[in-house]
Amino acid sequence: MDTELILRVYPFFLQAAWVTVQLSVLTAILGLVCGALGAAARLSRLRLFRAIGATYVSVIRGTPALIQIFILYFGGPQIGIQLDSFAAGTIALGVNIGAYMTETIRGAIQSVDRGQTEAARTLGMSRWETMRKVVLPQAARMMIRPLGVNINALIKGTALVAPISVVELTYTAQRFIGSTYKPFEMFLLSGVLYMIIIYVVGQGINWLDRRARIA
Amino acid sequence: MTDQAFVTIKNAAKSYGSLEVLKDINLTVSRGQIVAIIGPSGSGKSTLLRAINELDPLSSGEVWLEDVQVNKKLPHRQYEAHVNHVRQNIGMVFQHFNLFPHLTVRGNITLAPRMLKGLSEAEADRLAEEQLAKVGLSEKIDEYPSRLSGGQKQRVAIARALAMKPKVMLFDEATSALDPELVEEVNLVMKQLAEEHMTMIIVTHEMDFAASVCDRVLFMDQGVVVEEGPPSVIFQNPAHERTRNFLRKHLSR
Ligand SMILES: Nc1ncnc2c1ncn2[C@@H]1O[C@H](COP(=O)(O)OP(=O)(O)OP(=O)(O)O)[C@@H](O)[C@H]1O
Ligand SMILES: [Mg+2]
Repeated sequence: MDTELILRVYPFFLQAAWVTVQLSVLTAILGLVCGALGAAARLSRLRLFRAIGATYVSVIRGTPALIQIFILYFGGPQIGIQLDSFAAGTIALGVNIGAYMTETIRGAIQSVDRGQTEAARTLGMSRWETMRKVVLPQAARMMIRPLGVNINALIKGTALVAPISVVELTYTAQRFIGSTYKPFEMFLLSGVLYMIIIYVVGQGINWLDRRARIA
Repeated sequence: MTDQAFVTIKNAAKSYGSLEVLKDINLTVSRGQIVAIIGPSGSGKSTLLRAINELDPLSSGEVWLEDVQVNKKLPHRQYEAHVNHVRQNIGMVFQHFNLFPHLTVRGNITLAPRMLKGLSEAEADRLAEEQLAKVGLSEKIDEYPSRLSGGQKQRVAIARALAMKPKVMLFDEATSALDPELVEEVNLVMKQLAEEHMTMIIVTHEMDFAASVCDRVLFMDQGVVVEEGPPSVIFQNPAHERTRNFLRKHLSR
């Protein structure tokens, strides 16, 4: 293994890791927003909203994320959507993971015992008051762990924006392989950095989950 | 006790698909009256009780609380506002307590009054203390439900319902999920309510309790009220064969 090479290129990889982190954070935020809206739509009283939510989930989950990224980045300009690669990657990934988060959030909400809603409604609380004060606080605890699984998948999924030239970890590894012909070292280096990011995020989620359990 | 109709159910019918769960039920409960509903499993007791506060709306028929029709047909928004309002007058206690696990006992009792009646924190606290004292659980005010026994949970659930100052209380097998040794503490609270002339409709499998507390007993089977009357008549001298059969199985004496 060429450790000298690794020591020479690692600052570029750190920079790339920072891009991966930014991409992950923005994607997670966008994903949570889409997931919350998607879950609200899927649980709506109105059939139209339910249909929109269901369509969103099945279209996104039924097609490869890579194709979704390509459609937005390469196909976007054709229909007047001109985005740089970072923005296109973030939006496509966020909307993508949002579909999975929709199902996570919906599942957590539906796993709250019906008796909870009945008790609150019986006291005279409205649907929304019941959701906000009784169902969501309980669902929130239950969704931390599965959302963590979504976020783990999302971080790994950021590698999919390499083909549209976002200078993140996977793209950077590929670029250095072109000039050094050392794929083992380069992919190893990016792999280790992915692992560190995922480990730290995983610990954060464990911490949140423990705290939610105590409270 | 007056004879004025307080809760009125007229021609109540309810179907799930082709299954008729309630068939033309009529019931009038006057202020301060305590009515027990007994009958075999699946006879429609819970469905009838849950129709009174629109948890399971009737397919047809009317439910009235005093001079207000509970199951009024209204456009969605108005309907929601209407039921939210009338439900404040109808307390309900469930077999499985349904306490809010993320809130303390205090939080369970004060959530709805604070939200719906705009009580200040101090007023809500006073209300919680007052209601808990009634069910004998003052010292548990800051506990979470998970730390209470079943009997204590049900007493808190009763306190939570009473905190809304309802006009009528509905009990759906309030003691069925409890270990036998915990049943009595809940029964005592209900007896105390009876002494205070709370209007109550009680679905129960406990015939002794029904006999000792209730003014009237309804025996339901297959979605109809087979017979009703004072406990002395229903338990000692029922007119119908079906009632006798049921009681033979359920009276342990
Ligand atoms: N949501 C529902 N969908 C379909 N059928 C239902 C539903 N709820 C109740 N039923 C049916 O309605 C009938 C009456 O049920 P209900 O719960 O009122 O009986 P019950 O007298 O309370 O019985 P138990 O003593 O077991 O509580 C049963 O046959 C039940 O299977
Ligand atoms: Mg029942």
